[in-house]
Amino acid sequence: MSIIKTDKLAFEYIRRDEEGNVEGITRAVDDVSLEIAQGDFIAILGHNGSGKSTLAKHMNAILYPTEGTIWVDGKDTTDEEYLWDIRQTAGMVFQNPDNQIIGQIVEEDVGFGPENMGVPTAEIWERVEESLKAVGMYEYRKQSPNKLSGGQKQRVSIAGVIAMHPKCIVLDEPTAMLDPVGRKEVIRAVRALNEVEGITVILITHYMEEVIHADKVFVMDDGHIEMQGTPKEIFSQVERLKELRLDVPQVTLLAYELEQSGVPMPKGILTTEELTEALNYAQGK
Amino acid sequence: MAIILDHVSHAYEAGTSMQIKALDDVNLVIPDGQFIGLIGHTGSGKSTLVQHLNGLLKPTTGNIYYNGADIHDPEYNRKELRSKVGLVFQYPEHQLFEIDVFKDVCFGPKNLGLSQKEVELRAYEALKQVGIADEYFYQSPFDLSGGQKRRVAIAGVLAMKPEVLILDEPTAGLDPKGRDEILNLIAALQKERGITVILVSHSMEDVAKYVQRLIVMDKGRVMYDDAPAEVFKHYEELEKMGLSAPQVTYIMHALKKQGYPVNADLTTIEEAKNEILRVLRL
Repeated sequence: MSIIKTDKLAFEYIRRDEEGNVEGITRAVDDVSLEIAQGDFIAILGHNGSGKSTLAKHMNAILYPTEGTIWVDGKDTTDEEYLWDIRQTAGMVFQNPDNQIIGQIVEEDVGFGPENMGVPTAEIWERVEESLKAVGMYEYRKQSPNKLSGGQKQRVSIAGVIAMHPKCIVLDEPTAMLDPVGRKEVIRAVRALNEVEGITVILITHYMEEVIHADKVFVMDDGHIEMQGTPKEIFSQVERLKELRLDVPQVTLLAYELEQSGVPMPKGILTTEELTEALNYAQGK
Repeated sequence: MAIILDHVSHAYEAGTSMQIKALDDVNLVIPDGQFIGLIGHTGSGKSTLVQHLNGLLKPTTGNIYYNGADIHDPEYNRKELRSKVGLVFQYPEHQLFEIDVFKDVCFGPKNLGLSQKEVELRAYEALKQVGIADEYFYQSPFDLSGGQKRRVAIAGVLAMKPEVLILDEPTAGLDPKGRDEILNLIAALQKERGITVILVSHSMEDVAKYVQRLIVMDKGRVMYDDAPAEVFKHYEELEKMGLSAPQVTYIMHALKKQGYPVNADLTTIEEAKNEILRVLRL
């Protein structure tokens, strides 16, 4: 069964003036029908304002559809009876590490979610330990979050989400504010959660290099899904992506530029190894 | 125009048990018309450093001179300094506040004592420069998307016509095209107006492509201060500091290991492409 399914999902932001009269309407998500299989690593790309974050916020019922339906683990998000189940099934990690951490000590912050779920105390501590170990932050458990780097804070945020044992984690540009090493750490932790624990990962990002290992990529434009496919299929379409205000990994762009200059190159090169192979082949080695 | 930092140190919570030395004996000369990149791990002192350049923060020890004058001299006009040294913060929400976008961008020039006509003209020009469509002018800045907010914040500073423009991670939160547009805009302004631009960034690829001088900070100290190509040769040391070289540099090193006689110290796609073509034609 799919963990997330949407049928003609649409969402409108309504802007009102001081008296509550409608000033304007923005249709941020428009006619989106998609299915995400449990255990997949999905990436959602799209220009600013394309509806990615709006779509993501439907996945744990922060927003409700204006039109259409979204089911999380088979449950309609507008069904009040299932609200807390849905929030436990799908956890979200946002862009700014400082906006998500509330505990004075790392382990207290991670325990917050399970505590609010009514998990028995002994089990809370078990979950805190296993979550912090999963993101490589166990040795920092007694520290104040203020002393951590951005990447470390984001990993603590992720631990806080996985302590709730979700089936799915949605990450909205989790590495946008991090340095290169921080970015690597977060993506490594997220990939491990997907590959080892089987947690579905939905990653929204503008860093194309983070997407090359995804099972499937959705590309949004003005509220619609414009493209979908494997990373190779998507990144083969360099010109189309540029039209959609997006980019490709540097190695893909380099291969594309070489091809444009006359070097025979397959499309959709995603790694240095593939590039080297292609060059060897082009040279007849 | 020149900014000189002379043995500048800054400690947060100085003298207390919680003291953190954010800047440690920094010495820099920032001349006219340079495009400078400033990189460093989270917490290395980048934001602290740039907030000293327009007098928002004061050194714990050391001095800062703008065109030869000590900016912390009691007689010095720091308000004027802030119109010459413009700072765009990391999170646009920290500097947007007005009831609508247009008023927000007018705020800076208005405080320079210009005529209403001049203020509005500057605001209009600045908003057009950063690519904000007319239809957003009278919306609340807080109703805009993250990327749009960032552009409005930049417009607010551009409207001041500064001599030095400091941008603290201006592209975080922008889509790839948005990143290119803002950086191309900044690069064009830098060239046309001869202003000094300091770009604080976590993107090695961005700084490699645009800046002529790269300053690397690590734990409050300046570790490297050189052209990007020279700095990225030290990619192993950079990695230990939480940084890296641009993707392209690693690709070139991998090709070299495979036996291609390439110059591996390249940092942009353009350079890499030309070098590979050269080697293939040998």
